[in-house]
Amino acid sequence: MASSKSSTDEFIKGLWNENPVFVQVLGMCPVLAVSNTAMNALAMGLATAFVLIMSNIVVSSLRSFIPKQVRIATYFLIIATFVTVVDYVIQAVSLDLYKALGAFISLIVVNCLLLGRAEAFASKNTIARSTMDGLGMGIGFAFALFCLGAVREILGNGSLFGASLFHDSFENWVVMILPSGGFFTLAGWLLLFNWLKQRRAKREATTALGLRKEVA
Amino acid sequence: MANGGKTLEIRTSPHILSGYSVDTIMFNVVLALLPVAGFAVFAFGLAGLLTLSMAVASCVLTEHLICRAAGKPSTVGDWSVTITGLLYGLTLPPSLPLWMVAAGGVICVALGKALFGGLGYNTFNPALVGRAVLQAAFPVAMTSWIPGFAAGRFSSVPSSTLTLPFTSPEYDAITSATPLALWKFGREATATSDLAMGFISGSAGETSSVLILVGGVYLIARNMMSWRIPASIFATVFVFSGALHLVDPTRYASPIFMLFSGGLMLGATFMATDMVGSPMTSRGCYLYGALIGVVTIVIRTWGGLPEGVMYAILLGNAVTPHLDRWTRPTIYGAKGKEAPT
Amino acid sequence: MSHSELATAPTPAPPSVWHMYRAMVGVGVFCGLLIVSVFQVTLPLIERNKAEALQKAIFQVLPNASTSTTFSFDVDGGFKLLEGDDVGQPLVYAGYDDAEQLVGLAVEAQGMGYQDVIALIYGYSFAEQAIIGIQVLESKETPGLGDKIETDPDFLENFQSLDVSVRGDGSALANSVVPVKHGEKTEPWEVDGITGATISSVAIANLLDRSAQYWVPRIRNNLRNFQGED
Repeated sequence: MASSKSSTDEFIKGLWNENPVFVQVLGMCPVLAVSNTAMNALAMGLATAFVLIMSNIVVSSLRSFIPKQVRIATYFLIIATFVTVVDYVIQAVSLDLYKALGAFISLIVVNCLLLGRAEAFASKNTIARSTMDGLGMGIGFAFALFCLGAVREILGNGSLFGASLFHDSFENWVVMILPSGGFFTLAGWLLLFNWLKQRRAKREATTALGLRKEVA
Repeated sequence: MANGGKTLEIRTSPHILSGYSVDTIMFNVVLALLPVAGFAVFAFGLAGLLTLSMAVASCVLTEHLICRAAGKPSTVGDWSVTITGLLYGLTLPPSLPLWMVAAGGVICVALGKALFGGLGYNTFNPALVGRAVLQAAFPVAMTSWIPGFAAGRFSSVPSSTLTLPFTSPEYDAITSATPLALWKFGREATATSDLAMGFISGSAGETSSVLILVGGVYLIARNMMSWRIPASIFATVFVFSGALHLVDPTRYASPIFMLFSGGLMLGATFMATDMVGSPMTSRGCYLYGALIGVVTIVIRTWGGLPEGVMYAILLGNAVTPHLDRWTRPTIYGAKGKEAPT
Repeated sequence: MSHSELATAPTPAPPSVWHMYRAMVGVGVFCGLLIVSVFQVTLPLIERNKAEALQKAIFQVLPNASTSTTFSFDVDGGFKLLEGDDVGQPLVYAGYDDAEQLVGLAVEAQGMGYQDVIALIYGYSFAEQAIIGIQVLESKETPGLGDKIETDPDFLENFQSLDVSVRGDGSALANSVVPVKHGEKTEPWEVDGITGATISSVAIANLLDRSAQYWVPRIRNNLRNFQGED
């Protein structure tokens, strides 16, 4: 683990450089399935973020207490607990939202992002850094879902958060709210992210070259 | 050369060339498609002309811009994107709003061709990719047909054609059902002579079977197209739908009707034969054609949609790499089917 | 830093069984407590939400009703006005119009869907002897496919007037509610299915049939229970 990294770096990396959806391409099931409207996507993203932050905190604080042999089972126990908590809380907040998200709340349990962060990060790092990691990754995940949901809702339904954006005569791109639209939108965003990454890498390479020349 | 000395040219195979370059073949396909396009304009008037022009223009322009953006020389000159545009335009309902035509054209080339790596790498027929996306995105507009040979077709366009971008079209003219839809939803057969000559409603270019066949025969005669694929598709469709028709003529349409209706002729002749998406071996071609034929009839007979040629060909494209592998010829002298890799 | 090195360093001596039990049981107890406390806190809120949703659903499936009253059913005594929190006995909801005339009953029904139990409420009209509306209360059907049971207009049209008239002797329905393939509905007691969501749409038809077979004869035999209470 790079000890030179500050907690802020752990937070930032999840938002952009190691964004769970756009860079790591993790947790595709909810990304494709419940991103058909901005509201569903954001709610799903925030629910996942909450579970991720809490499980990161608990896993990291118990990391010396949990023997290696039973760690996966224990992580699942912890993750499943917070998923159940989120399930109840969403029911208490809004039944409509609960109905819209349906089975996908329970399916947060098997989102590989959660186990991945618990195993790869929280079990090896301090509580503070694990919290920042969970925050960054969780918000990055919610942001990515929102990106997909917003595009799909605007094109597929002509609205954002249920509020109609265009004149009534707007022709809905029905395909966007169908499952295949999820793939198209995800592909579009991945394209954009890779393009930005390449461009930055190129620019960094040229500035590095320029610096070396100057030094010489 | 200038100093009179002889140079030894060293090249990799192939050393024997057929004499046809990509440009020549593609240009001839355009020639073969021109009568079909001409008939589409004749039958649907200004609407047909605008649809076809917009389809070609959007495809060519997208290809040009993508090449520019990628910093490569423009590949517009090899005519392949013109074919994509023409074929795509010919599969559309002539009254489709022009903005949808343009959007689909961009999807054809960007999604169906450029993303896969350009000409030679496009696993799926680009024209059909564009049409499939449009079909899923705008199911209503893609199934609203205007009748051909309307009286004022050269002086006016249907109101839906000039719909403002991103707005829903409104249909003023009487929309009419395609022969396949008539059969599917009303068990109503259309006269074979009308089907063959194109006096029916349907996509811009699928109505005149005779002209499509003329173009296909021209390409086959010049050895620029595999005859095995259309022959296999037609034979499969004829046998399969014929067998069904014998079982119950009231439920299953006659094989002649199945052959001449919908996009089967256009698809089998010009789209299934796309050199990139079709198998390389003869046996592969027969299997590929049979698969397309069976899927088409299955969708038409038992599916939710009246027409299934488009999905059948796209499925065929997807299976092509497997067909190539299964039908790989045994290398001379090698034992068994396993060729060295 | 030091922690991460400890965790990644090879651990030669495996921890004792006691450590494993301690971790699993400890975490289990902690998780159990957390779930129970959250459940306790959210339970009243969830129940209030569900009650509100139920009220809304009752008026949706009985469009002509303006007030509703809850009745509990006792196998021996027929329907009684519900007093207090009498949970444990099945409930039905009678809807009355502005003139305080009984328009119909809303009944809850449950059945196994494709993913999980589907719970719905349907409105039964006395005048039409038919189901005049359904509202899905709980379903985890696949988004985009199975959840068409709530959104597909063709499917919902089935329940604007679904015949559940009773046989002459009042013992059972004259015709069972039966699911048919999409587009093949010919009789008023048939439910036109959804292409691509067969299991979910058939589940709805079957759970309606089961519930109506039980409730409709009982409701008709105890009609005075609902009118006398006014």
